Amino acid sequence: MRKKIFCVLIAVLCFTMLLTSCGETSKPGTDGQGNEKKVKVGFVFIGSGNDAGYTYAHDQARLYVEEKLGVETLYQENVSDSDNSCIAVIQSLIDQGCNVIFANSFGYMEYVHEMALAYPDVKFLHCSGYLDAENMLNYFGRMYQPRYLSGIVAGMKTETNKIGYVAAHPIAEVIRGINAFTLGVRSVNPDATVEVVWTNTWYDPATEKNAAIALLDKGCDVIAQHQDTTGPQLAAQERGKWAIGYNCDTSDIVPGSFMTAPVWNWGPYYAEQVQKVIDGTWKSENYWGGMEDGVVDLAPLTKNAPESAQEKVDEMKAKIISGEFDVFYGPIKDQSGNIKVPEGSSLTDKEMLSMDWFVEGVIGNIPQQ
Amino acid sequence: MLILFLKSAVIAGTPLLFAILGAMFNERVGNLNLGIEGMMLLGAVAGFQAAIYSNNPFIALLFAMIFGSLGALIYAFLTVTLRTNQVVTGLTLTIFGTGLARFHGQKLMGMVLPEDFSRHFKPLSIPFLHEIPVLGPFLSIFLEQDLFVYLGFVSAILSGIYLFKTRPGLNLRAVGESTASADASGINVTLYKYIHILLGGALCGLGGAYLSLVYVPSWQENITSGRGWIAVALVIFTSWNPYKAIGGAILFGGLDILGFRIQSLNIPVNQYFLRMMPYLATIIVIIIGSIRKSSRHTPPKDLGNPYFREER
Repeated sequence: MRKKIFCVLIAVLCFTMLLTSCGETSKPGTDGQGNEKKVKVGFVFIGSGNDAGYTYAHDQARLYVEEKLGVETLYQENVSDSDNSCIAVIQSLIDQGCNVIFANSFGYMEYVHEMALAYPDVKFLHCSGYLDAENMLNYFGRMYQPRYLSGIVAGMKTETNKIGYVAAHPIAEVIRGINAFTLGVRSVNPDATVEVVWTNTWYDPATEKNAAIALLDKGCDVIAQHQDTTGPQLAAQERGKWAIGYNCDTSDIVPGSFMTAPVWNWGPYYAEQVQKVIDGTWKSENYWGGMEDGVVDLAPLTKNAPESAQEKVDEMKAKIISGEFDVFYGPIKDQSGNIKVPEGSSLTDKEMLSMDWFVEGVIGNIPQQ
Repeated sequence: MLILFLKSAVIAGTPLLFAILGAMFNERVGNLNLGIEGMMLLGAVAGFQAAIYSNNPFIALLFAMIFGSLGALIYAFLTVTLRTNQVVTGLTLTIFGTGLARFHGQKLMGMVLPEDFSRHFKPLSIPFLHEIPVLGPFLSIFLEQDLFVYLGFVSAILSGIYLFKTRPGLNLRAVGESTASADASGINVTLYKYIHILLGGALCGLGGAYLSLVYVPSWQENITSGRGWIAVALVIFTSWNPYKAIGGAILFGGLDILGFRIQSLNIPVNQYFLRMMPYLATIIVIIIGSIRKSSRHTPPKDLGNPYFREER
């Protein structure tokens, strides 16, 4: 009898855990009154709008769209991308009248694609993926450009010549960022190395902090990150060391360690796309914008950054924007010293989007998927 | 390197230590409380909120303890006064605590404690400690820690003295071993149960607060990530003994942070396997616990039984 009760209990527990994982938060925005063709924009967010990180940057763009175009927006935060829960979320957004959907995580891609085929009248904009359709496009920014610049700052700052890099998942986007960062580091400090630790999570302050502490214990004195929280920067601050953030300027949160960060600025792109939908000129065109569009940028250097860095960063930034300099321009060697990019050539977008090797100077492995 | 690892293990073990002590007090008075996780989360969110408002570590800890105990009060009222099923009530408390913390934590996301708050929980540096041969670095593992870690050790030792060396400690063990006999010998069973369940809740609240105030320190959904459940198993592993709880907590703290250390040593071990380690170890620990059948390792005899005086 007791065993039976226990089994029932476990079943109930499992069920309730499923239930609790789908809370809903949505908030109506300002209404675009008198708009014949009413556009309502839905956002699916991987994190929370006030995470001071990745989703915060997207949420700022949502607010920008509301303010700029006066359209109504709905959003749902904390939608998991490791299962199909975003399907139900997108469904509910469409049921509430959304005809433009932004989804901001790589893991949503297949589900968004599925929904795009099921709802041909709704426009889908998916961040960071590659599957597209008549009514679905992918957009992303060339984050590797400001990452290269942040590498310059880190390379000038380090005294131990060991820089730690807390990385989320071993996918091309993250690997590309690590490589660009390392190239930046070694452009000013050829002796420095970048040590990589994987966390297998985008958003987990405690885990990210622990990963950073492991790197600091190994003697790293600058910590960079491809993570969505300030965990690694906090770890650096506690040890009196330095940090490169990510996503947005967090100098007010971690004033002790923050030097700069590669940051997103989605607002203008989002507004442009929604405007196109309103005008009826929207087309499914994949977008990969760089610093020249302002969709990615480097946060202002703080007083923690080395003084001479500003000049060098400004110089390289100007060259990147003018197209005079390309981050992945040869010769570039991989970890074992083989030339991967020969002198005089650069990586194509396709090669960058499927990058699965580390450049020379990175210490760490890419786990097999 | 090893010393640094062990230092971090002690830190990672501290929330577990509080939770084990909290669970132990519950079980020592005969109440199996599966709401540890919920009480930890209540303490974590209350402590963090209080810290943001007051910027005062004592108020933050006080609130963590109060809210941990409030969760425990619900549990105590249901199981002791109303005599509901302890397993169901405990699970409900976990779900309630998780939900409430998540709800309230929404607006705390992304906030970080101000520097002059965190200052109070900086690791102490003890002069000349490292100059002691052999023993120096070893002692630094335990001594060069923040005050909260000290509080954990002190709580464990005080709990041990209280349990094994004082009259009320003896009484409370009697309540857990045989509630009816304790009642017959004139011990106020209900009072004992209430006090120690609430005390357990306060300790769990502190465990949660360590996570949100020192370990992370910012708000994160489900900040305990299952530590409350591990604590429930560790109580069995440490045979309801607060001294052994220290060792158990450090061991599991070490398992928790092992992954990144191994990764940064470039040892090719699957990370998913490493992340599984604490849970795998928990299962093994429970199995070992059930094999060791000496009188010192068995649970309090009246654990899990609601007490009806008339049914004596």
